[in-house]
Amino acid sequence: MDIQNPKFVCRDVRVHYGDFEALHGINIDIADRGVTAFIGPSGCGKSTFLRTFNRMNDTIEGARVSGSVTMDGQDIYDKGLDPVLLRARVGMVFQKPNPFPKSIYDNVAYGPKIHGMTSGKAEMDALVERSLRRAGLWEEVKDRLKIAGTGLSGGQQQRLVIARAIAVNPEVILMDEPASALDPIATAKLEALIQELKERYCIIIVTHSMAQAARVSDKTAFFYMGDLIEYDATEKIFTNPGDTRTQDYITGRTG
Amino acid sequence: MASSSHIQNSEALETETKRESQLAAERAKKHLKSRRAREWRFKLWGRAAVLFALASLIWLLFSLAGTGFTAFQQNFMTLDVELTESVISPDGTRDPQELRGANYRRVLQETMYDLFPEVTERRERRDLFALTSASGATHQIRLMVYNDPSLIGQTVTLTVPTSDNVDQLLKGYIDRDLPESLRKVSNEQIVWIDSLKKRGIIKKKFNTILFTHPDSRDPELAGIAGAVVGSIMIVVIAFLLALPIGVGSALYLDEFAPKNKWTDLIEININNLAAVPSIVFGLLGLAIFINFMGLSRSIPLVGGMVLALRAFPTIVVATRAALRSVGPGIVNGALSLGASHTQSVFQQKLPLAAPGILTGSIIAMAQVLGETAPLLMIGMVAFVTEVPNSVTDPSTALPVQIFLWSDSAERAWSERTAAAIIILLVILILMNGLAIWLRNRLEKRR
Ligand SMILES: Nc1ncnc2c1ncn2[C@@H]1O[C@H](COP(=O)(O)OP(=O)(O)O)[C@@H](O)[C@H]1O
Ligand SMILES: [Mg+2]
Repeated sequence: MDIQNPKFVCRDVRVHYGDFEALHGINIDIADRGVTAFIGPSGCGKSTFLRTFNRMNDTIEGARVSGSVTMDGQDIYDKGLDPVLLRARVGMVFQKPNPFPKSIYDNVAYGPKIHGMTSGKAEMDALVERSLRRAGLWEEVKDRLKIAGTGLSGGQQQRLVIARAIAVNPEVILMDEPASALDPIATAKLEALIQELKERYCIIIVTHSMAQAARVSDKTAFFYMGDLIEYDATEKIFTNPGDTRTQDYITGRTG
Repeated sequence: MASSSHIQNSEALETETKRESQLAAERAKKHLKSRRAREWRFKLWGRAAVLFALASLIWLLFSLAGTGFTAFQQNFMTLDVELTESVISPDGTRDPQELRGANYRRVLQETMYDLFPEVTERRERRDLFALTSASGATHQIRLMVYNDPSLIGQTVTLTVPTSDNVDQLLKGYIDRDLPESLRKVSNEQIVWIDSLKKRGIIKKKFNTILFTHPDSRDPELAGIAGAVVGSIMIVVIAFLLALPIGVGSALYLDEFAPKNKWTDLIEININNLAAVPSIVFGLLGLAIFINFMGLSRSIPLVGGMVLALRAFPTIVVATRAALRSVGPGIVNGALSLGASHTQSVFQQKLPLAAPGILTGSIIAMAQVLGETAPLLMIGMVAFVTEVPNSVTDPSTALPVQIFLWSDSAERAWSERTAAAIIILLVILILMNGLAIWLRNRLEKRR
C-alpha cells in the first residue's frame, strides 16, 4: 500500500528471541498522521513489532532486531542514535495501566524532568496542565494533583499514562491493547481521546478487538504467525479483505 | 409402530441414565465419607502441630519470666553516712590524691556498726558489714567526696544495694528453715536483716543497676549497660557496612551484571554464604581483621565487621527478592519515557523495593544482635567492667553477656541471666515489630 511521506519505513524487519524468529521480515510504511491498527491472533507478533518502533525490544534479554526501520528517513537502529532520545520522540502506552506510585503531578512531570525540558516550576506546572488537558483528564483531577496516580480508576490511569507520554512532546504514540483492561465506558472515552490525538500524533495501536480497530483506525495491518498478511485502509480490510486468512480472522473463524 | 418403539427406546434410555446417575451419587457419597475423614485427620494433625509449637513457646517464656522477673527489682539500703574528717582526711589537707585513696570502707563500716550498737565482736561485725554491697557503696562514697570535698564532716544519705545474699533471702530464694550450716545467711544475719527491713532501712526498688551498670564480679552491682552499648555499636557498624554493600551487590547482580558463568558462580556463592555456620565468620574475622590487619581483640569494631559479613548475604537475598517483586510495568513505563536503564532502576525500581529491603535489613540486624559464636571467636567474651566509649574499646555484647552470666550457678546470677534474655527477646521482638510496621506503612503509600 502506498503512503505519502511515511513516518516509519520498515524493511525486512525480523525479531528473534534467542533462536526463535517471532517476525519473519516485515515490510510496512506507517502514515505520519492518523491511526494505524495492528490486528491478528494472539502470539502473532503484534507487540513484538510495536516494540521495534521505540526500541523497547532492546530491553528484553535475548531479543534481536534485524532489518531496517527509519523514522523520517533516519535509521532508528543507527549505532550513533541513543534509544533514550528515540523514546522521547516515540511514546508508549501499555496494556496494563502502569502509572508510577507517585502523585499525578509527579507522574506527568517525570519525563520532562529526566530530559531537562523545563526550567522553573511555573513552566512545569503549565506543561503538566497542558498534557493532562490533551489527555482529557484535567477536569477530573485538577483539584487533586497531589494524590497518588495509582489511586485513580483504570480508565483514568490509562489516560494519565497517555498524559505522561504526551508531556515529553512525542511525535508518535504506540499503544499496546490500551483498552483491554478497561470497562466499556472507559474504553469509549479512550477511543474518543484517540480520535482527538490523531490530529497531532502518529498513533499505532495494537488491539485484539476488531470492532475497536474498525472504530478508531484509518489503516489496519493484519498479522499472522509472524508475517504481515495484509495492510490496507481499515474500511477495505473489514469489508473486502484480500486474503482468506484475513477474512477468516475478521469473521471469527480463527482467533 | 415406529414411533412407539422410539418412545420405548427413549424410556429405557431414561431409566438407564437414572440408574447410572444414582449409582454414581451413591459412590460419591461413600467416597465423601473417607474424604471427610482424611480432611478431619489432616486438620487435627495441623492443630496438634500448632498447639505443640505454641506450648513450647509459652513454656519458654514462662520459665524465663519466672526466673528472670525478680531481677528487675532489688533490695537497697538507705544509709545515713557520716563523712568523718578524721577518717577521710586525717591531716585535714583534703588533698585530691589523698581523697582518692582514703579509707571509705571504714566510713561505711562505722555507719553499719552504728545501726546495731550491741554488736561489738569482730567476727559478728564482719558478718554485719557483709550485708551491704561493700565495693559498690565505697565507690559511691569516694565519688561523692572526691567531687565535693566540702561534704567532709557532714552526714549524707546514700542508697546502696544490699549484698546478693540479703537480696536473695528477702526475695525468698534462700530457705530460712534450712539448718544454718547449709545456708549462706547466718541466723544472726537474718535477725539483723529483718530488723533493718522493719526499720525501713532495707527497701525493694526497681533495679536500675541492671540497666545502668556494666558487668561486675558482684551480682548486685552487675548490669547490662556495657553489653548493650557494645551490641548497639556492633549492630550500627554491621548495618552501615552491610546495607550499602549488600544493596549495591544485589543491584549490580540483578540489573547491571552480564549474565555469564562468572556471575552465576558469584550468585551461587552468595546464596551459600547465607547458610555458612556463623562461627566460620568468627574464624574469618579472626584471621583477617585481627591477625592480618592487626586490629585488637574484643572490640566492637571487629565485631561489627565480622557480623556485617554475616548480614551481607541476608541483605543481598532480601534485596534481590524485593527488586524482583517490582513488576516490569513501572520500569517499562520509565524506559518508554526515555529514562536510561540506570535512571529507571534508581528512580523507580529501588524506591518501590525499599520496604522489602528495609524489612530484610532489620531482620538481618536482629540476627546480628542475637549472634554469639563469632563474637566468642574474636575475644568479645572478655570480662569488661566498663561501658565502652568508642568502637575500639574492649566490650562484650548482650548475647555474650548472657553466655558469661549463665556460667555462674548462684541464684543471683541465674536471675540476671534470665532477665538479660528477656531484655534481648524484647529488643528482638521490637525490631521485628518495627520491620513489620515499616513494611505496612511504606506499602500503604504505593
Ligand atoms: N520476551 C520474550 N521472550 C521469548 N519469546 C517471546 C517474548 N515475547 C514474545 N515472545 C514470543 O514471540 C511471539 C510473538 O509474541 P507477541 O509479540 O507478544 O505476540 P502478540 O502481541 O501478537 O500476542 C510469541 O510466540 C511469543 O511467545
Ligand atoms: Mg501482545
